[in-house]
Amino acid sequence: MTERYSRQELFAPIGKEGQKKIAAKHVLIIGAGALGTGNAEAFVRAGVGKITIIDRDYVEWSNLQRQQLYSEEDAKERLPKAIAAKQRLEQVNSDVSIEAIVGDATARELEVIIEESKPHLLIDATDNFETRMVINDISQKYRIPWIYGACVGSYGISYAIIPGKTPCLNCMLEAVPLGGLTCDTAGIISPAVQMVVAYQVTEALKILVEDWQSLRNKLVSFDLWKNQHTAIRVDKVKKADCPSCGDNPTYPYLSYDMQTKTAVLCGRDSVQIRPAVRQDRDLEELAELLAKQGIQVEKNPYLLSFMADGHRLVVFKDGRVLIHGTKDMIEAKTLYHRYLG
Amino acid sequence: MELIINGEMIQLPESVKNVSDLLTYFQLNNKIAIVEVNLNIINKQDYETTTLSNGDKVEIVHFVGGG
Repeated sequence: MTERYSRQELFAPIGKEGQKKIAAKHVLIIGAGALGTGNAEAFVRAGVGKITIIDRDYVEWSNLQRQQLYSEEDAKERLPKAIAAKQRLEQVNSDVSIEAIVGDATARELEVIIEESKPHLLIDATDNFETRMVINDISQKYRIPWIYGACVGSYGISYAIIPGKTPCLNCMLEAVPLGGLTCDTAGIISPAVQMVVAYQVTEALKILVEDWQSLRNKLVSFDLWKNQHTAIRVDKVKKADCPSCGDNPTYPYLSYDMQTKTAVLCGRDSVQIRPAVRQDRDLEELAELLAKQGIQVEKNPYLLSFMADGHRLVVFKDGRVLIHGTKDMIEAKTLYHRYLG
Repeated sequence: MELIINGEMIQLPESVKNVSDLLTYFQLNNKIAIVEVNLNIINKQDYETTTLSNGDKVEIVHFVGGG
């Protein structure tokens, strides 16, 4: 036990004092895909006091190439990623308290988590800008730092956003970007993921041990295949009239109108539909209903799945539905209404 | 024109005259990017009026959404 963190304590900028601080901290990881699993394993091995990890998806075979906490068994069982991650993380370090949330990281859901459990740091491990803008507003509203990280192909980018200090994502983007490359169109190699994870976790450790002076303060990007590396000081991008971090913030991405209830999932050829009002679904009842129509249903305690019109529909207990084999939201909604009312 | 882009000397065609042309040349015009020329960050509304000269040091970081 005393040996466990000895090498990290020997590293002077952390030391025994830093290790105590790390052990007293709570990190919320939003997303349990490639970046989420990489970050989570690093924090758990480093001895963070508590990790909360939220994800809406389940493990599939195409995840195993880069999502380091998952096994073939998880893919066979279609285990929710948050659950599979928790199981593996507990094997890695039983001292760390790990909370897994199978759900959509909406503004409302994240605000509830933050008000209840008061994390010290938010890690972006999402696959879309919409959720990142929500994280950005939440970070400003509750004054909690967050670390942006993203990757596609062999390219990656990261930046640590500290409320009251650095510009925020809204200052840099000005709007949610439309289009652009995704895992769907450009693929992804695991070293690009690992590099972003390394940047995120390093800045995170500085924040957790409160070594603010050592923060990089630069927007960093790289392309491992093209052998490029860039870092830009972006302090001047901070805008006094930014609606997220300016003098009179309105946190626009926390308002209900800004939230879509249908979303195409990155790299999955799938659409997620989320009911307007959150309502748990009775999976037993649904399974019976479908079985009566002669539909073959596969089920575990967290979700059920079945084939319909050449598409796989996966129904989660929290009411969300994934419709596979389409990127067309209208078609997805049609199938949703056809089979699930 | 030769520019040093992300640390690499790159030969560019005559058609590239300003930051907007440069982003188009790299097919980054539709993406959100932060562009720095000789250590100054260029505002998005100034991309077309910011002309580039031989030997300028340009850093381009573009945002992506995957993860």
